[in-house]
Amino acid sequence: MSTSVAELPGAPPRCAHCSLPVPEFEVDRAREHQFCCPGCRTAYDVISAAGLVGYYTFGERRQTAVSSTARDYAEFDHPAFQTLYVRRAPDGLATTELYLDGVHCASCVWLVEKVPLAVPGAVSAELNVPRSLARLAWDPARTSLSAIARFLDRLGYPPHPFRGAAIDQRRQAEDRAMLVRIGIAGALAINVMTVALALYAGWFGTMEASYIRYFRWVSLALTVPSVLGPGRIFFRSAWAAIRARRLHMDIPIALALGAGFLRGAMNTWTDTGPIYFDGVVTLIFLLLAGRFLQQRAQRAAADSAELLHSLTPSTARLIADGAIREVPVEALVPNQMVLVRAGDPIPVDGVIHDGESTLDCSVLTGESRPVSVRAGDTVYAGTINQRASLTVRTVETGETSRLGRILQELEAGMQRRAPVVRTADRLAGWFIGVVLALAMVTWLVWQRVDPAAALDNAIALLIVTCPCALALATPLTMTVAIGRAARRGILIRGADALEVLSQPAELVLDKTGTITEGSLGLISWTGPAELQAAVVSLERHSSHPIARAFETAWADIDPVEAEQVQPVMGGCLTGVVGGRLITIGSPRYVLAVASDPQDLAGTLADHLTPVLVAVDGVVACAAGFGDPVRAGARDAVKALEARGWRASILSGDVPSVVQAAAVAVGIPADRARGSATPEDKLVAVERRLADGQTVVMVGDGVNDAPAIGRASVGIGVRGGAEACLAAADVFLARPGLDPLVELVDGARRTMRVIRRNIGISIGYNLIGAALAVTGLINPLLAAIMMPVSSLTVILISWRSRTFEATR
Amino acid sequence: MTILYVLVPLAIGIVLIAVAGFVWATHRGQFDDLETPALRMLRDEPANRPPPEIGKRPGTEAD
Repeated sequence: MSTSVAELPGAPPRCAHCSLPVPEFEVDRAREHQFCCPGCRTAYDVISAAGLVGYYTFGERRQTAVSSTARDYAEFDHPAFQTLYVRRAPDGLATTELYLDGVHCASCVWLVEKVPLAVPGAVSAELNVPRSLARLAWDPARTSLSAIARFLDRLGYPPHPFRGAAIDQRRQAEDRAMLVRIGIAGALAINVMTVALALYAGWFGTMEASYIRYFRWVSLALTVPSVLGPGRIFFRSAWAAIRARRLHMDIPIALALGAGFLRGAMNTWTDTGPIYFDGVVTLIFLLLAGRFLQQRAQRAAADSAELLHSLTPSTARLIADGAIREVPVEALVPNQMVLVRAGDPIPVDGVIHDGESTLDCSVLTGESRPVSVRAGDTVYAGTINQRASLTVRTVETGETSRLGRILQELEAGMQRRAPVVRTADRLAGWFIGVVLALAMVTWLVWQRVDPAAALDNAIALLIVTCPCALALATPLTMTVAIGRAARRGILIRGADALEVLSQPAELVLDKTGTITEGSLGLISWTGPAELQAAVVSLERHSSHPIARAFETAWADIDPVEAEQVQPVMGGCLTGVVGGRLITIGSPRYVLAVASDPQDLAGTLADHLTPVLVAVDGVVACAAGFGDPVRAGARDAVKALEARGWRASILSGDVPSVVQAAAVAVGIPADRARGSATPEDKLVAVERRLADGQTVVMVGDGVNDAPAIGRASVGIGVRGGAEACLAAADVFLARPGLDPLVELVDGARRTMRVIRRNIGISIGYNLIGAALAVTGLINPLLAAIMMPVSSLTVILISWRSRTFEATR
Repeated sequence: MTILYVLVPLAIGIVLIAVAGFVWATHRGQFDDLETPALRMLRDEPANRPPPEIGKRPGTEAD
């Protein structure tokens, strides 16, 4: 158990749930365990009450504070919700899938799957980690979905309804059908190859004719199910391509398979000539395997839009008839009153009717500083109410709210995104035409020379030039590269992204959270150093963001004793340290109670949030707070520029802040633009795309999401909003911009490996084609050449050093 | 070598059984999620864990 961490003098105790340091104001010496926040305390109580303390023996646990929403999830029991998402089994049990926030390790699986132990009536819970989906079954007579949802929420996994269940089932069926095909094709291929080995061994004349005939018939018997079963999809797709008058990779494949099989069957019947069966079945197996890998990679990209819907907020507190009820957001209409508590997101677009507070609007604007609002101000759905309760009169809800429109734009942008024409596909079209023409020519020429060999030679050509190495080269290398990248904290969805990123392009960076930390930090400090200890000691008693920033900046300073600490509204504090009265707060507050003879308030830069410290009524220090630029951001931008990329900044923050950040990372000020709304960002990206540029957009917020969805490649960074991650092709799970450089280098190496593979397979095919055209090829040689080329490609893909530490 | 006329069909029969097993496992969803089961690690559960105390069950009480 990590609960008995020794308390060193000066060092804060560790949270019993998440092991993070516990801030001074949360420490309760009377309790056995300390917690960093009420969320963790609830989670700990819930876990221990359910007898699940085994959770705390996991070595690898979530090391983030629990952020449960404390909602009652009443809408989950609403009949409308139940008809949409809940299925009833014949045995009376109800099942549904919920998307859980914050799932990512072994301890999560353990905890979530213990739901039936803790909630009586819950029958089973199964978690799929890569998709964050929990499949739940419960007895509606004994418990309700909202009870299960509340339990998951208290543990720190706020659930959302998963709206893609129908699509999901269809995909699952597709995946399974493909796997079955591969399994059957593989088993048949191995056996036909074994028989072929026996035949080749007997080629040199020691096998009795009756056994040769027997083995040939066995091969035929094994090939028929492979061609008619798993192989059927090639004929179907070739036929579809012919009807659509397009050249498709499946046309020569279907021709080679069909011709090879029919000719082999004829030769088996007449007991003359080669049978080709080993080539045919291996081809089917390898092509199916390559296609499966490709399908999986594309599948992950297609999930994102579904995910997005699951993540929009779903309830509001409606004030009606003097009572407050929690209702689904869908049920709200304009001109109703909703209550928004401090810390909650605002559920609708509306006007503040009553109350005064500050909002975190970073979702919409990317602006890092809180915005003050009061009665009469317009507020938007998705922004977070920070300080005090607000009563909001609804104006727009759901789809028509600003956030809803942004999300729609995001979806539309992703649909408009032009598919990347892959190198392999481009080459394949060209290659197919050549092979078909060559086969025709071979047949015609041999008709004159030796009509008996004409068909055999043409078929040999089609089989030996089988594009299976070509078909394997791209998906296999991409899959290996994506797997390697994932181990380095770079999650790539959609293999297209790697191809785009391999070439230098226009790089558009968001500021808040991307170039900068995205949180408040101490940037400048003017004043005597001896006051730092006093400031830290006072700020330990506050939970305000400014206090957190002071503590982070001066973590190594030992606090001293502070007395009579009094928090004043808005994060301002007074207290007595060493007999002196210290006042900390905004200039507006501090200058009202203290004089400023040195005019310290005037020395602070515009783009920083000012905080003054007064000692005994005289201002002694001025601190500036801002969003610090991430360590290494400057080097990363420099490295990318050296590789031919052109970086620019597009931010919703005020221009002076954006300019300061641009200068800090070495981007010319004329390429940094501030005050950009989400709509502006989308337009800016579209304009560049219209100019024919390839645009790579990097961002973290919902305000970047439409632009990320529209860009040639969208990249989400660590700590980003879920909507942004849903839109992104690549997610950088490590902080900072370093992984971006690694991603670009890895993409370039991956494409190099792919080109090498394509070169090798085309080279093989050319040699094979030459041999076949001249009639030099025999079944033995063809059977050896084909798998060797595929094996070479597989080995190169596996051994390739695509994603590794750059430096 | 006439034994081959028996052994080869026998071998094919065994392959059929293996394929049938694979198809069955696939349809049972054994290959749907290859990541989570690795995390659903083989932990020794306490053999006779006391049932959760009645009345202290979280999640069931009204909010």
